[in-house]
Amino acid sequence: MSAAAVLKPKDYKSATRPVWCPGCGDFGVLNALTKALAGLGLAPEQVAVISGIGCSSRLPAYTSVYGFHGVHGRALPVATGLAVARPELTVIATGGDGDGFSIGGNHFLHACRRNANLTYLIMDNAVYGMTKGQASPTSAPDWAGSKLTPNGPGIAAFRPLEIALSAGAGFIARGFSGDPNGLARQLAEAISYPGFAFLQVLSPCITYRPEQMEYKALVSAGFEPLADRNEAFRRLLTDDGFTTGVLFRAPVAAPAPADARQAAGDEAAALDALAREFTAARLRGDGGYEP
Amino acid sequence: MTPSFSLALTGSGGAGVMTAGQLLLDAAALAGRYGLMARSFGPQIRGGEAAALLRLARRPVECPDDDYDLLVALDWGNIERFADELPLAAGAVIIADPGQGGVPEVIATQAGRIHEIAISQLARDIPGGRPNMVALGIAAALADVPGGAVETRVRQALARHGDESVAAAIACLAAGRAAALEVTGHGDPPSAAPSEDTVDAGAPGPHLDRWVLNGNEATGFGALAAGVRFCAAYPITPATEILEWLAGRLPRVGGRLVQAEDELASINMCIGASFGGVPALTATAGPGLSLMIESLGLAVAAEVPLVVANVMRGGPSTGIPTKSEQTDLNIAVYGLHGEAPHVVVAPTGVGDCAPTAAWAVSLAETLQTPVILLSDQALGQTRTIVDPPGGELARAGRRRYVARHDDSTETYRRYAMTADGISPMSCPGLPGGQYTADGLTHTEHGIPSTRAEDHVGQLDKRRRKLEEYDYGPLWGDLHGAGDIAVITWGSATQPVREACQRAEACGLAVRLVALRLLSPVPASELEAALGGVRACLVVEHNHSGQLYRHLRAWTELPHPTLAWHRPGPLPLRPGEILGALQGLHAQLEAAA
Ligand SMILES: Cc1ncc(C[n+]2csc(CCOP(=O)(O)OP(=O)(O)O)c2C)c(N)n1
Ligand code: SF4
Repeated sequence: MSAAAVLKPKDYKSATRPVWCPGCGDFGVLNALTKALAGLGLAPEQVAVISGIGCSSRLPAYTSVYGFHGVHGRALPVATGLAVARPELTVIATGGDGDGFSIGGNHFLHACRRNANLTYLIMDNAVYGMTKGQASPTSAPDWAGSKLTPNGPGIAAFRPLEIALSAGAGFIARGFSGDPNGLARQLAEAISYPGFAFLQVLSPCITYRPEQMEYKALVSAGFEPLADRNEAFRRLLTDDGFTTGVLFRAPVAAPAPADARQAAGDEAAALDALAREFTAARLRGDGGYEP
Repeated sequence: MTPSFSLALTGSGGAGVMTAGQLLLDAAALAGRYGLMARSFGPQIRGGEAAALLRLARRPVECPDDDYDLLVALDWGNIERFADELPLAAGAVIIADPGQGGVPEVIATQAGRIHEIAISQLARDIPGGRPNMVALGIAAALADVPGGAVETRVRQALARHGDESVAAAIACLAAGRAAALEVTGHGDPPSAAPSEDTVDAGAPGPHLDRWVLNGNEATGFGALAAGVRFCAAYPITPATEILEWLAGRLPRVGGRLVQAEDELASINMCIGASFGGVPALTATAGPGLSLMIESLGLAVAAEVPLVVANVMRGGPSTGIPTKSEQTDLNIAVYGLHGEAPHVVVAPTGVGDCAPTAAWAVSLAETLQTPVILLSDQALGQTRTIVDPPGGELARAGRRRYVARHDDSTETYRRYAMTADGISPMSCPGLPGGQYTADGLTHTEHGIPSTRAEDHVGQLDKRRRKLEEYDYGPLWGDLHGAGDIAVITWGSATQPVREACQRAEACGLAVRLVALRLLSPVPASELEAALGGVRACLVVEHNHSGQLYRHLRAWTELPHPTLAWHRPGPLPLRPGEILGALQGLHAQLEAAA
């Protein structure tokens, strides 16, 4: 099917009505994603969007591509398994900052290191929306808006871009859900990147963080893609958390997991050979066996 | 009864007892014997004391015997640690090296004849000689393994070390053999007058087609043969060999393995690969299975096929990682939250690991469900000589895929209500088959729903597909026809089987039912198999009788049915099970 000529952004949306609150930033992300997919001309059946749990993680069902809505925090491993097993697919992992940086934080570090060919799109609203407004890893230490931490979480906020840089991600960008066109461009770039691409999207939760409606005034397109990791670190020293754009793009993607697969030859013959490795005959001296 | 010979080679780390033991087992295989070798280590990561525990026989054996006929000690290290594991038979032969000090109490007080051989001195007398090769010569002579077979095996194994090493080893074997025959007063070397069914070492024959492997390797092979092409791995004792075996072999059949950051990741990577249409497996042990549980529930709800091979070890918590126990049945069957029926199977011996792993893959794929395969340390790590599995390993079980979805008036119903509960699956890449797999309660289309009709409908559907399925004859193995029955599972099957053979030899007929399918419980098959049984014993290797309680929950068992179980770390031995059977029989006689 040649999608390129015919498909429009709306063709990448499903008929399912989002559960999101009116005005939720995640609508903008859904729009940007469908724009990006249409722009890239990807056939919907060749794309899979994989998520965890949270308001933002509901996104896959609102698309017309293949989707997987798994358990809290595990979007990246599901996406990694799919991307490794089916390298020809376009795989996009997505979810919230709680899902990706808290319960799934370990997977984030290792996905950056592993560099499987997939895109990780985090909708960062610095709050747990789905469970009604608790502090997330990206909440400021003095954010006192949750009954669970009435004096603020009191611990340093997670800094996604620095951490992704340190952990070895090859493509790192920040976008804003209120700028669907800019976000669609960044997404298209991330999806086209041949390796692990991380995109932090500032996506306001208007219900539990109404002050985030001000994001529009705070964000500024300031990142220009850097190819040197140290320069990217330096650039982040003056980042206020609202600079958008592609921060870092490794010129040559770090080596992807070596593909040791042999050309699909005769499976039956290969299996026979494997079975022969177990036989007593092998212990007699016809080679190939090490105790 | 199985006439067999059991021996232990002990020594401190680096002494090479494991190498010697394995070469002896391999040589026995070349000579047409059956047998097995378990490894026992102290807690040290490297070094420390070690024991190679072998049993050799002319008929298939797949479990340790009650006691040992021979102990060859290279040194006495911390032999006390093994005393429990090394019950010596009356009249057992103990070979001690006088250069290593006196025989420790724990051994000297057991019933055995102690013979002294200066093992290390003999080795020193041979340029390049090593004590473990002398010990191998001793053990081979006393276990009646033909010298020719040992030599053939040693030549092959040491070839890459050069001619001098080989010559030194061969000289050590000869020195050990001569010394053993001299101190024990045996006449000519047994190999000079081979028993009728001892095959000459060089002679080819059907015995050379036998497999010499452990259950972990066999499990990996069975999975591969049945179509697994993806594995995500996080190492854990005693399951790691499955993962390592697959790592080297998956690429040869076009598959891939990823080392994951933890078991939360490994199980979800398998879910991702399988969602992508690639049959997937991971292997773990209790602590890892615990971490995978939430995601196994996801695989049940989203109907994603996959296999988890859980190689059980002593629990709870970190427990005893290196020792066997059938301790994870409860978590495997009941550990998932919500109501999440899935399949649990267990191989009944090392020789059954490949067929059962293949069956597990085929059930997962056919029923679109996670399957937990319960192996254990005894099966996984005991190198065993077995007959290769006959026939094709199950490849029949294939996913039911939806045909290209052309009906533009309706979107694809991934979780369609079908009579057999199995809904044709789609897979990324298939145009028109797009859906979102979901762990939330969903409609037939996969759209999240909180409606009672959808919730109950999907619960019913998932239960129906497991309950209506015809599992065929693989649900269990039946032997014998007495009116006393034993029900057992997994690695306990082999000592139970031997206990039944011994009971038979004393005139007590026992019916053996070894369950391969543990969940869903094959209730009607089990009830049919137990028809006419007066009394029943449920035997397992754990502390609380997990299978007994599980069966009581799902079937009617004969009255009386007694639970007989004991935890690890010591292996189940046929003699103690025979005792339990005789006890049950006596009880019935007294009541009659
Ligand atoms: C294992 C587990 N723990 C807790 C929860 C409850 N839970 C659901 S969503 C969520 C946090 C979601 O926050 P985030 O990922 O930031 O997404 P958002 O809702 O803000 O989009 C939590 C804690 C869960 N579903 N599973
Ligand atoms: S609670 Fe916040 S994050 Fe969730 S849907 Fe509403 S606005 Fe969006």
